[in-house]
Amino acid sequence: MSEKVGVYICHCGSNIAGVVDVEGVAEWAGENLENVTVARDYQFMCSSLGQELIEDDIKNEGLTRVVVAACSPHLHEKTFRRACSNAGLNPYLCQMTSIREQVSWVVEDKAAATEKAKAMISGAVRRVQLQEELQPTEVPVNQHTLVVGGGIAGIQAALELADAGYPVYLVEREPSIGGHMAQFDKTFPTLDCAACILTPKMSDVGAHSNITLLTYSEVEEMSGYVGNFDVRIKKKARYVDEEACTGCGICIEKCPKKVVDDVFEVGMGLRKSIYRPFPQAVPNFPVIDTESCTYFERGKCKACEIFCPTKAIDFEQQDTYLDVTVGNVILATGYDLFDVKRMPQYGHGRLANVFTSLEFERMCNASGPTDGKVVLRDGVTEPKSVAIVHCVGSRDENYNTYCSSICCMSALKFGHLVMEKTGAEVHSCYIDIRTTQKGYEEFYNRLLAEGMHFIRGKVAEVTDAARTEEEEGKLIVQVEDTLLGIQRRIPVDMVILMAALEPRADAREVGLKFGISCSMEGWFTERHPKLDPVATMTDGVFIAGVSQGPKDIPATVAQGAAAAARVGGMVSIGMVEIEPVVATIHEEHCSGCRICNTLCPFNAIEFLPDKGVSFINSVLCKGCGTCVAACPAQAISGAHFSNGQILAELEGLLYDVYSGNGTQTAQVESEAIPA
Amino acid sequence: MTEETFEPKIVAFLCNWCSYRAADLAGTARIKYQPNIRMIRVMCSGRVDPDFVLKALALGADGVMIAGCHPGECHYLEQNYKAMRRFSMLKHALRQFGVEDERVRLQWASAAEGVQLAAAINDMIDKVRALGPLNWPAKWSENGRVEAAIERIPEEHAEAMEVPA
Repeated sequence: MSEKVGVYICHCGSNIAGVVDVEGVAEWAGENLENVTVARDYQFMCSSLGQELIEDDIKNEGLTRVVVAACSPHLHEKTFRRACSNAGLNPYLCQMTSIREQVSWVVEDKAAATEKAKAMISGAVRRVQLQEELQPTEVPVNQHTLVVGGGIAGIQAALELADAGYPVYLVEREPSIGGHMAQFDKTFPTLDCAACILTPKMSDVGAHSNITLLTYSEVEEMSGYVGNFDVRIKKKARYVDEEACTGCGICIEKCPKKVVDDVFEVGMGLRKSIYRPFPQAVPNFPVIDTESCTYFERGKCKACEIFCPTKAIDFEQQDTYLDVTVGNVILATGYDLFDVKRMPQYGHGRLANVFTSLEFERMCNASGPTDGKVVLRDGVTEPKSVAIVHCVGSRDENYNTYCSSICCMSALKFGHLVMEKTGAEVHSCYIDIRTTQKGYEEFYNRLLAEGMHFIRGKVAEVTDAARTEEEEGKLIVQVEDTLLGIQRRIPVDMVILMAALEPRADAREVGLKFGISCSMEGWFTERHPKLDPVATMTDGVFIAGVSQGPKDIPATVAQGAAAAARVGGMVSIGMVEIEPVVATIHEEHCSGCRICNTLCPFNAIEFLPDKGVSFINSVLCKGCGTCVAACPAQAISGAHFSNGQILAELEGLLYDVYSGNGTQTAQVESEAIPA
Repeated sequence: MTEETFEPKIVAFLCNWCSYRAADLAGTARIKYQPNIRMIRVMCSGRVDPDFVLKALALGADGVMIAGCHPGECHYLEQNYKAMRRFSMLKHALRQFGVEDERVRLQWASAAEGVQLAAAINDMIDKVRALGPLNWPAKWSENGRVEAAIERIPEEHAEAMEVPA
């Protein structure tokens, strides 16, 4: 039985009709294309009247296939599939062809545009006849959610979900949650203290009955698919029994070994070998650092064990593994600070009084290594002048081309804090000052009024090589003031480098573990940069915070909440539809060569040794079709993109080549092309 | 038809996620390019079977473009690398058929690169126009060699891989 195809050509107002002869094309399609029973043109196919046109024809004319020649399928494929579905036709028997984006908007010559539209419709008409009815599969969604990363993004996401009544596993690599925000002193532009607004949220997380907090833990591996991910979490040995520990801190007090804290204090302060990163840590159980602990080094000491009132120290503790099943995952893994030593001209590590932005944050923090005093590396001298160098590793083709987004505001905040705490002169050397959010420009104006100096120019060098008496014993900032058009040498006591935000060093590895991709720079890629910023191409895996791209705290919190809302929606419905555009292996044709097995990055293809054939798990399959193209026996078929369908479209697209071109007299019979 | 008026027909396979969206963007931005290209949407450049390219040429196309996400940006993580590998093999084979390099092109185009995709399309059309018609159907169908050869590809491939066709 031959199919009955309906062809609908949209005018899109004058968008298409202004260039393509839509009436002519409709008439031509009705007369010349095989099996086309209805061919119409209409003002706006996507309008409810346009959709009704299709629905009525399906019902009255008994159409078995529908072709809509209009805009891009990315815009209205769902609309027309729904219309077909309403009239009782399987939605996958509808095909769109984009005669707006690919024809009327890009082709100037009207005759050529009309010809191209004909070819495209011809391709769609041939293809649609080979399309098959498909049904999306429904799978249940596990109520649990895994949140990876306990910074402010992860905390927000976990709390939103937990408050909505859904169980959450929050996994954090460090001994405490809090992330970078816990290291900060004040937050711009309101200057409220980071700890004051963060620690209540941290303790909420620690105390929430719906949150299972797993700190000092990492996700080892993940398998499964949306709604049903199996996750293995490694809990690193703390050497402290969490059940017994009360967090009294006597062990920390008694530990005789002090080491430099390179993580939380970024090398600015000391900690004990048994430690918690900061006093308000959540959870407040300490961790033994086996690298420096005297007992692990020499086999004796055990001071902590001797003094622990609840016998919570356990030197025999081992790493443990926890296997959980979750329905969705939110990745909020944050960022690394740019290693400023990659720019030796700025002298960090060589010139004592050159600080990174994070070091300065710790210095300003009242519970930090200098108790909040702004002092030089000697720990006592207050600086009389400070230079802030912007864009260190950002907006620089040698390092990162992107803008790190937060450094301008941080620099303004630092300027304010320096002036407030020391009365020093502050020089800010910037490329552009970017103050784009609410209250930010006002903060910039405030700093102008407070007397911070702004010099427009990228700093060439920070040096201690004095040329004049005035420069003796100072750090000299060499910068071109591009507004005055002169070279300047600014002698200062302290330099702060506004280091770029960079993707985590292991971001690609983590992305691969969770089946999502990274941008060129290494930020996690969102599903759509504007309209779907927290979802990813992998269903059930969401992203939030700076791991998706540089952003400030309000935007990070908003993304955390947005990701939680997306997950909450899926969990509350409890079922998820999975696209039926997947590949299938026909057992009888499969020779078990296993060529396809290694091609699938989603591990959807497994070899069944007892049958000697490969098998595709349709829930894991994302439908790329790479295995279909690779199978030497053509034993794999790709739903909705079968060889037959693609070749039929190809044939239709080139329908005019033989007759229309004088030199190409030979005819290729359509029967010669097997489906 | 004379050389001056020869208008090539080019078929392009665009991946759904980057390149088809680049074409959408070129449209939305009203970037004009020559009408000689006709596009087929596939989910991934990795879906493009070299057979499709040969079929397109056998059906009378003068050139074929395969467009996908940039390396490292594939929606399916790494399938564009597989397209790249197949493409280099295909190119090698086509060279032996005497098909000029400019007639088949692998083009990376991200969803943001409407301008770049349009420029690549124009560039390819100009190059193929300069080469003149490929004319495979007319050249080969008299003795049916190409078609027969293409028909044999799966079997020969299967034979080489020692699997049943």
